[in-house]
Amino acid sequence: MGISRRSALKVMAAATATMVGTALSTHETQAAAVVGPAPDAVGMLYDATRCVGCKACMVACNEANDVTPDTSASDGLWDMPLDLSEHAKNIIKLYRDPGTGAQSFVKRQCMHCLDPACVGACMLGALQKNEKGIVSYNPDYCVGCRYCEMGCPFNVIKFEWSRALPKMVKCELCRHRIAKGQGPACCEVCPVGAVIYGKRSDLLADAHQRLAQNPGRYVPNVYGEHEVGGTQVLYLAHVDFEKLGLPAYSDESVPTRVRTIQGTIYKGFVAPVALYGLLAAMVLRNREKPGSAKAKEGQP
Amino acid sequence: MPLELETTHDPETIGQHLVRCGVSRRKFLELCAALMVAAPFGLALTDKVHAADIARAVAQARRPSVIWLHFQDCTGCTETLLRTSKPDVAELILHVISLDYHETLMAAAGKDAEDALHSAMEQNAGKYVLVVEGSIPRKDQGIYMKLAGKPALQVLDEVSKQAAAIIAIGSCASWGGIPSADPNPTGAVGVDAIIKDKPIVNIPGCPPNPYTLLGTVLQYVTAGTLPELDALKRPKFAYDRDIHDHCPRRAHFDAGRFARSFGDAGHREGWCLFHLGCKGPETHAGCSTRHFNEIPDVWPIGIGAPCFGCTEQPLAFRVPMFQTAKIHEVTPPDTYAPVYTPQGNISPVATGVAGLIGGALVGAGFMASRKLGSADDVKSESKPKQE
Amino acid sequence: MNAQSDRQPLGGPIFTRPVQALAVFAGIAGLLIIWRFIVGLGASTALNDGYPWGLWIAFDVVTGTALSCGGYAVAMLVYILNRGKYHPLIYPALVTSAFGYTIAGLSVVIDIGRPWIAYKLPFFWHWNLHSVLLEVSLCIMTYTVVLWLELSPAFLEGARASTYSVIRRIGDIGLPVAERFLPWLVALGMLLPTMHQSALGSLLLLSGPRLHPLWNTPLLPLLFLLSCIAMGFGAVVMESELSSKFLGRKPETDMLAGLGFAMLPLLGLYLGIRLIDLGVRGQFGALFAFDLYSVMSLIELALFVMAGVLMATDRRRRDAGNLFRAAMLLVLAGALYRFDTFLVAFQPGPNWSYFPSLTEILITTGLVAGEIAGFIVLIKLFPIMEGEPQVAGAGS
Repeated sequence: MGISRRSALKVMAAATATMVGTALSTHETQAAAVVGPAPDAVGMLYDATRCVGCKACMVACNEANDVTPDTSASDGLWDMPLDLSEHAKNIIKLYRDPGTGAQSFVKRQCMHCLDPACVGACMLGALQKNEKGIVSYNPDYCVGCRYCEMGCPFNVIKFEWSRALPKMVKCELCRHRIAKGQGPACCEVCPVGAVIYGKRSDLLADAHQRLAQNPGRYVPNVYGEHEVGGTQVLYLAHVDFEKLGLPAYSDESVPTRVRTIQGTIYKGFVAPVALYGLLAAMVLRNREKPGSAKAKEGQP
Repeated sequence: MPLELETTHDPETIGQHLVRCGVSRRKFLELCAALMVAAPFGLALTDKVHAADIARAVAQARRPSVIWLHFQDCTGCTETLLRTSKPDVAELILHVISLDYHETLMAAAGKDAEDALHSAMEQNAGKYVLVVEGSIPRKDQGIYMKLAGKPALQVLDEVSKQAAAIIAIGSCASWGGIPSADPNPTGAVGVDAIIKDKPIVNIPGCPPNPYTLLGTVLQYVTAGTLPELDALKRPKFAYDRDIHDHCPRRAHFDAGRFARSFGDAGHREGWCLFHLGCKGPETHAGCSTRHFNEIPDVWPIGIGAPCFGCTEQPLAFRVPMFQTAKIHEVTPPDTYAPVYTPQGNISPVATGVAGLIGGALVGAGFMASRKLGSADDVKSESKPKQE
Repeated sequence: MNAQSDRQPLGGPIFTRPVQALAVFAGIAGLLIIWRFIVGLGASTALNDGYPWGLWIAFDVVTGTALSCGGYAVAMLVYILNRGKYHPLIYPALVTSAFGYTIAGLSVVIDIGRPWIAYKLPFFWHWNLHSVLLEVSLCIMTYTVVLWLELSPAFLEGARASTYSVIRRIGDIGLPVAERFLPWLVALGMLLPTMHQSALGSLLLLSGPRLHPLWNTPLLPLLFLLSCIAMGFGAVVMESELSSKFLGRKPETDMLAGLGFAMLPLLGLYLGIRLIDLGVRGQFGALFAFDLYSVMSLIELALFVMAGVLMATDRRRRDAGNLFRAAMLLVLAGALYRFDTFLVAFQPGPNWSYFPSLTEILITTGLVAGEIAGFIVLIKLFPIMEGEPQVAGAGS
């Protein structure tokens, strides 16, 4: 009668146990997958305590990157994006606590993570980290699947919903300007030096120095130093980062878990090939058995 | 005391002329300081730091001969020139230029005036600056404006032949101005539609700010060159910016504080006039930084009247006064997006349809299942088998 | 009547009223698809930057392919557990699966923003091997081809009965070739869904920090795989019972009861793993918090449990109506699990909301309608269903 119910259940239980065991064991190994910054990693340091909300960075970004301003919410009067979008690679938002009156500006743009979710997601590698660690986008290999948008923990990369021939849109740290020896437009135009450009290591040292020299002025954390495995855009603020839209993520980078699971299961592609061999063997063998499908069909 | 104009080409420099006229050096330095202050940004002279430097440059120059023609004009542009006091028009026409023909300001009339024009043209041939005020009618061989019996077209042709340069002052001379408003019955056009072979400077405005003319003349007098011009031949130092970008009321625009009707609370507070039809965002001129009559805030927006774009041919006398302007360079407002803005709209129709389809499918499935059950009770043939 | 198998085309009129009605819906969808490409996704869908994936991904692709796992599920029964008696279910299940995966592929083409770049997908030198979506798309593309190839014996048999000699020859030559390669295709047809149905679950691991803890588990691939097999069986039960009823054929009660029995351990495993996982990760508190997430999870679990209860005894499994309802519950449970994972558990931020637009709904409905119409047309034209005399007086 072929495989008995008991042995079938045994096989299924064993297979399940293996998968569960593999999956759970990845919990322990995920801490090992930490990606460090490239030696030439550049980034930005944004100090919310210095920002005055002039939005010169928004105007400069639109100009430097040829972005059409977002006038949809303002009846054509102002460039008034409500969030990062296809019309805004960079935005200044205002946090105001209705109870205490505490407020802070926050500049949002791509964080240029050290181990980005978007780069891990992209099927054909349209999103890549270059030698300076800048996460760049190449529409020539983008099918517009928006998996990167599903992955980004900061909700940064956006899709051009309004176009029939759309692309993905996000801050690329003005890499076209960096290639010419200039800095990102937002950093160059900021009148108070709230956002500055430099090597990540230098910026990190600067940020820690500010924390050390100004106790009480800042929340004692450089956001981006470790969150989601570290980002190349760092933040200092005087209110909780959570309130500024920067969640308290763990130190694990976003793609680590799926990379570990997929990597374990498909290591060297051994498992699929082995499984195929097993399946093919069983199909071929079972054709000969009585009670099999072939026997029922009466095929030669 | 009637002003006597010299109609001959000046053989002496301005410096020598001033000495001869008995103008003290102190007064001359005052004039130069006033010119320096009046000189608009970007003018050739502003790299000079001291009035003395300007004085040196001016003193060595020669007063150019200027012939000023009026065509289809209201004389507003002359009037605006008369409203300057630092330097005043007398100082201008006595000490800086040699105004050889000006129908409004000259003492002569009739045949004497005509003779003055022709002798000025002959004596300064190839060297005089022709200033044109007013548009030129072209329809019906130009009979709609005649000077001494000759159509304006012909006069312009004759006088411009020997001019070194032409300054078209006012919107009328620059592009046709108010006579050219629909249906333009006289076929009025600006100077540069007719004259193609002379350097032309357009100074549009209705009227333009007199300091734009002064600045242009000054550069010509001291450096012998005309200021840098844009594609419409307007001096960049005055016309490279629009009203909106330099408007004193810009903060109100950015903050969304608008006057909605004349005399309302916002209007009285001096709020932005955008919704009253102000064409500032589409108008290139220097009015927002250099006001008129030398009194601060004496300019249209300053007194609560929306700009109607008098320098711009597509706008002035064409687009309705109270039609809102288009913003070409959109900038952020004074307000901020919150950290989380609710986004994503849910269509009630779609929700309803989804509910209908889902409900219909589940319902149909359930109804089908009941039919299946009853059919089987009747037709069941197979016996239960043990696995 | 075919000498090699009992399968034969159902025959009968093709453009019956139901098929016409379905074709209307499919036609509407076709027009709307053209419109979507003209105006872009922003104007035709309610998708936004908070919810870049919506109905078309969560339903058409993820749920639709799970429903199309009938071929996979029955193949495992027939070819691995060697239950030959279920063989008559294979071909109809394969047709459902083939259409389902084709529709899913079409939905992907409609959903992505730059479909003209898709030709570069086979460029292996550009592959990002870490991308789960790459695995999903390559597997699904390959599996769709495999499904249609697995059906080729039916098409070739049909060709052999053609009035045109050319087509008869194609059938004569092709059929032995197809049957020779069939075992290898069948094995592939079981490997590929194992890979991509679990990968569909892995997809959302990348949204990890933004996935609600009630669903955010590294066991997502396993849970998706188990539920998809269960859904596959459920879909086969529904399809078989409906075909029997509305095409006037004898109901396959024995086999379906057997399928019902096969679903029980799957259900048990799924529920067991789900609950143990929630326990290990300390989420029982969240499960009974009675907020939206808790309520949706509880409904999911309840639907699975109810389906299991309805199939618990042999008597219940032989009651066709009851089995159909149980299968429906199971399918709904699996679909809800997928909707929840992709659209409810996914939290882009407190300010985003999404519900499919009318266009999205109508396109999905039309595609499914087209799929059903295609199924009906195919089983009438080609030897797919086991040959049974028609029950008198029935048939549409």
